[in-house]
Amino acid sequence: MNTKAIAVAMSGGVDSSTVAAMLRAEGHNVIGLTMQLWNQRRLAGHEGMPESVKGRCCSLDDVYDARRVAEHIGIPYYVVNHEERFERDVVRPFVEEYLSGRTPIPCSLCNNHLKFDQLLIVAQQIGAEQVATGHYARVAYDEARRRWLLKRPADHSKDQTYFLFGLTQEQLSRTLFPLGDMTKPQVRELARKQGLALAEKPDSQEICFVPGGDYKRFIDAYLADRGESLPDTAGELVTTSGEVIGEHGGIHNFTVGQRKGLGVATGSPLYVIQISGADKQVIVGGDEHLYSRTLRARRLNLISVDGLREPMRVSVKIRHRHEPAPGMIEKVGEDEVTVTFDQPQRAITPGQAAVFYDDDIVVGGAWIA
Amino acid sequence: MRRVYLDNNATTPVLPEVIEAMRPYFGERFGNASSIHHHGQDTRAAVENARESMATLLGCRASEVVFTSGGTESDNLAVAGLVAAGDHVITSSIEHHAVLHACKHLEEIGCEVTYLPVDGRSLIDPDDVRRALRPNTKLVTVIMANNETGVLQPVEEIGKIAAEADVYFHTDAVQAAGKVPIDVKKIRCDALSISGHKIHAPQGTGALYVRKGTHIQPLFYGGRHERSRRAGTENVPGIVALGKAAELALQGFANGNDRTMAASRDRLQQGILAQVDEAGVNGEGASRVPNTTNIYFDHIEGEALVIALDLKGLAVSTGAACSSGAIEPSHVLTAMGLRADRARSSLRFSLGKQSTAEDVEFALALVPKTVARLRELSPVYRKTATSC
Repeated sequence: MNTKAIAVAMSGGVDSSTVAAMLRAEGHNVIGLTMQLWNQRRLAGHEGMPESVKGRCCSLDDVYDARRVAEHIGIPYYVVNHEERFERDVVRPFVEEYLSGRTPIPCSLCNNHLKFDQLLIVAQQIGAEQVATGHYARVAYDEARRRWLLKRPADHSKDQTYFLFGLTQEQLSRTLFPLGDMTKPQVRELARKQGLALAEKPDSQEICFVPGGDYKRFIDAYLADRGESLPDTAGELVTTSGEVIGEHGGIHNFTVGQRKGLGVATGSPLYVIQISGADKQVIVGGDEHLYSRTLRARRLNLISVDGLREPMRVSVKIRHRHEPAPGMIEKVGEDEVTVTFDQPQRAITPGQAAVFYDDDIVVGGAWIA
Repeated sequence: MRRVYLDNNATTPVLPEVIEAMRPYFGERFGNASSIHHHGQDTRAAVENARESMATLLGCRASEVVFTSGGTESDNLAVAGLVAAGDHVITSSIEHHAVLHACKHLEEIGCEVTYLPVDGRSLIDPDDVRRALRPNTKLVTVIMANNETGVLQPVEEIGKIAAEADVYFHTDAVQAAGKVPIDVKKIRCDALSISGHKIHAPQGTGALYVRKGTHIQPLFYGGRHERSRRAGTENVPGIVALGKAAELALQGFANGNDRTMAASRDRLQQGILAQVDEAGVNGEGASRVPNTTNIYFDHIEGEALVIALDLKGLAVSTGAACSSGAIEPSHVLTAMGLRADRARSSLRFSLGKQSTAEDVEFALALVPKTVARLRELSPVYRKTATSC
């Protein structure tokens, strides 16, 4: 067999396992790779951290599942250790973003710095020019534009393009998303047909390194493990009209749009409207204050176009579970854009991404400032 | 695809003579060696013959050989079996995990442990052992040949110091056995660990030399097998195989096989270094077992190199596999003072009795060009190269 090798990023879940099985069945020369990103036992013993973690990214169970799939379909399989890079480029920034009053998306950082960077390098070094993953997205070369395009998948309910807006042309040119035209039930059906024992394995939902989704406890445990203390970010709760109505225990406990856990009782419901990292203030107000027509975003990455010379009409997603909303984007700095929506949008959250769509095509994206 | 195996410090293939020797003991010669009837007598004789073969390899009496399930059990039996809470133990920072983690356990049950440092060649200074001695020191345990670098420790000097101080001396000789002659009298050790699968016997076999008169606390409770030092029905086929492997190891020394192997290893090492710049030997200048060389290749990840070589048919190793199978930087190379990136760039090549000159040539044809390819694709190397 002398066909070009394809490396498959295998997490031990149904999606990436099915990708490996599909490509193998099509006769490709497939190499399975699992990235060891985080030692799930590292924070065990810290308060609120479980002793053992099952069914999570990089857990021994997942590596076991991936390895068994590789053995079952008959491909070479390796675990590659990227724990240092993951901590530096994903976990650290995740903690620091929260401590600065923003709400981070570690999955995008992981895609940008690990899955489509380090893994592509390792793949190339071991002789695989292309990497396939189990993401629900589509990639295609557009002759007219002479650009690689990232597109929403057939199954919009599984769309993961929001987390992939940072991919470069070079990265896209070497990436395969074989599940882009399939629905999840179809993927499970295929997994069953291929005889994969994990065909019924439940989907993972939360941030892979945060047990139980409790990011506050994770930050405490992580800093304690590093021998660092939690910086004091306690401060005032202030209304939109500037009135101090109470105190809070730290800005990292809040996210824009949050209603619960404010610690003050008022007649009408209060929401977090804004978090001010500089003066440690959490600004609260009624629901009506959550709506805004504009946002500014930095570290712009463009995919379907090579530049934004004039304002462009697009649909914009401001969080993963958000129906793209129509608006205009305009470049205002070296890698900065403003978005003006047709209709005000609720809870625009710094630290999240604004991803721009032209129908199903991802135009690009940037980080909300 | 042609596959060449140069990872014999991980495990070795069972030699055909060894398979032949053990084969009858799976079927027609099946007795329990403790039974009084014919079948038991037959296998008892086989076990005791194997014990004599192992004793001959180590220069001890047959009664001083305890058969175990392998190197890890031998190390644990020696380390845990010779000390009790309140005792002090001296060991090194480059032990195999079977000793290192056994020592960590001792600390948990109330022992004190001193972990001696090593120099840049991974050598322990015997004077450090002397200086570490305390009134409550009960045991010194030092690896004879390191599994990653192959470097031989000054065990005779350390044995002398231990004997003069009247403390037990154990050495993990798992990677030394069959590669260099072993004489427990010269080493003056009280216990010495052997693993079967490192000397072409099957996995799951091993032995511990325990000097006559040394009381060792067993790990298992049960029957009075192995003179009450290791309960459990003997693994007769495995023990027979281990005896045969010990015989073959001795024959090998008589035939000068160790010198031939050192020559092949040197050819491999020099051949690689002649073709690859910014590479070198870890443990350079120290006396080593004849089958091992550990080479660093600056600017690459050893992990990617091992995978790339495996996909081309060459099996070698790097670092230590953690529970997921991912590679962690070697504690041995780190203890020697290697920078973390250099430790991660290091590969271990280890030959076995079955290795041929063609195997070495195969590696020589493959390794330099694979290193070059990896460096070309390494962002770190490109940056370094362009900034020069």
